[in-house]
Amino acid sequence: MSQARRSIARSIAAHGVLILWTVIALFPVFVTVVNSFKSRKAIFAEPLALPGPESFDLVGYATVLKQGDFFQYFLNSMTVTVGSLFFVLLFGAMAAFALSEYRFRGNGLMGLYLALGIMIPIRLGTVAILQLMVASGLVNTLTALVLVYTAQGLPLAVFILSEFMRNVSADLKNAGRIDGLSEYTIFFKLVLPLVRPAMATVAVFTLIPIWNDLWFPLILAPSEATKTITLGSQVFIGQFVTNWNAVLAALSLAIVPVLILYLIFSRQLIRGITAGAVK
Amino acid sequence: MGALTLSKVTKSFGTTDVIKGVDLRVEDGEFCVFVGPSGCGKSTLLRMIAGLEDVTGGDVAIDGVRINDLAPAKREISMVFQSYALYPHLTVRDNMGLALKQAGVPKAEIQAATDKAAAMLSLGPLMARRPAELSGGQRQRVAIGRAIVRRPKLFLFDEPLSNLDAALRVQTRIEIARLHRDLGATMIYVTHDQVEAMTLADKIVVLRAGRVEQVGRPMDLYNDPDNTFVAGFIGSPQMNFLKAGALGLRSDTLGIRPEHLEISRASGLIAGRVSHVEKLGGETLVYVNTDTQGLLTVRLFGEHDFAVEEAVHLTPDQARAFHFDAAGLRIRG
Repeated sequence: MSQARRSIARSIAAHGVLILWTVIALFPVFVTVVNSFKSRKAIFAEPLALPGPESFDLVGYATVLKQGDFFQYFLNSMTVTVGSLFFVLLFGAMAAFALSEYRFRGNGLMGLYLALGIMIPIRLGTVAILQLMVASGLVNTLTALVLVYTAQGLPLAVFILSEFMRNVSADLKNAGRIDGLSEYTIFFKLVLPLVRPAMATVAVFTLIPIWNDLWFPLILAPSEATKTITLGSQVFIGQFVTNWNAVLAALSLAIVPVLILYLIFSRQLIRGITAGAVK
Repeated sequence: MGALTLSKVTKSFGTTDVIKGVDLRVEDGEFCVFVGPSGCGKSTLLRMIAGLEDVTGGDVAIDGVRINDLAPAKREISMVFQSYALYPHLTVRDNMGLALKQAGVPKAEIQAATDKAAAMLSLGPLMARRPAELSGGQRQRVAIGRAIVRRPKLFLFDEPLSNLDAALRVQTRIEIARLHRDLGATMIYVTHDQVEAMTLADKIVVLRAGRVEQVGRPMDLYNDPDNTFVAGFIGSPQMNFLKAGALGLRSDTLGIRPEHLEISRASGLIAGRVSHVEKLGGETLVYVNTDTQGLLTVRLFGEHDFAVEEAVHLTPDQARAFHFDAAGLRIRG
């Protein structure tokens, strides 16, 4: 009896902590979205109030949609994010498969080398990357961003996926070999579906920093045609005057696509878990 | 069609020698069981025959053709795994037909082959299901079906019954034996369970630490073991090993099976006390703590009443005893 009551108390405590954390995490998002629907005066008068009949104003959104090529910025961000994500998952999974599946000289060292990138921030190499991009004529192209983000995302992807791939039944892969499947078929048809939850995890962890990044778009691709949404929003932040309505509206809009991508992957994640690997 | 020859086969992982020179011939149509304690190299040896592990030295040949460097799919073998290893994304029918499909066999032929295998294993009603919708026993039958469909020269079984519960294990064991009779194919079967080895094999290969200890028919190994390892490994409950010196014999160790130890309340060669009694209905196992020989097992047929701590005397049947020298090798004659 006391055991049961204690576990209820414990679960209330756990939920309390989680709810508190969620509120703290979501508060900035909430403030951003709420204020994006208010007039400039209302934002400064009562930043925490919900938009009422007087304070409701879509001027921010109107500015954003009028100003510049916002649709183009969105498209750029999407292209860069989805492109990088695709390459990170593809190459990361392939490298992880090789590391976990094949015995070769220097396997352990290679794994360590590939994982080292987790600890060394890619931004340290910004100058060299910029020189490289200038030399290869890739400045102000989305390709430059995709390449850099792929490099940035790979270490974590290789690290997480190779751990998961080690757990995929060796018997299953061997059964495939005996039945005459190629290594590529074994990789794509047998192993990848079984590590889908891990892929979703890696996708989410890779996706968010890329979408939110300001650094590399600003340095490598600041031209009008290649601006990403985070960079595009900066036009409303001036040295002396900041158009808060527009900034908040732009940021609120920027949340939507990443939210959709996240929902897609998290559903995959749940499906991957509930489908269950056949052992 | 399907004789396997291993000559001086070795396998090393780095500096560790796992298989230390195995010579073996399995005749066409023979059921050969590799048995030994875990870590003896039996699974590695099987995987080398399958082509899943490289051969470090020596030759593996099927029907006289050296296959050391042939890909697993080209060796005309099929394998049944302990963990079933069914493809989770394919139906039972597609699981069974995949190898033929990869080999480019026409659809109608695949259909016929899978139907035939399904009939043999009564898998008919399950053909459209996926592995996740099957029970453990059904999954293992599908895995066996997948092996049959290929019509291989050689069937390889890697501890196929270890994941099944006791009742299913017996049932599937009988099914595999029946299959071997019906197909007349060469089968190589790895297990650590000496009951499976005894009941299924035409030929048992007892392995220890990467070496073959003895090869022979089940009853040959049981009645005529070469050394203490084989004598102790084959037969359940285990053979008793007595210190021969204490009995006034010239050999080092006297091996006696539990059923050949006579137990008496009145008199006998070795005195001791009953430490535990297991009644199985058809037989009774009496564990006796002796003064001079440690714990010995006695197997009696039928029901017998012995009380724990009761004083008893044991006498080995000298005619059925085995003599071993100090190195554990059998002294014959």
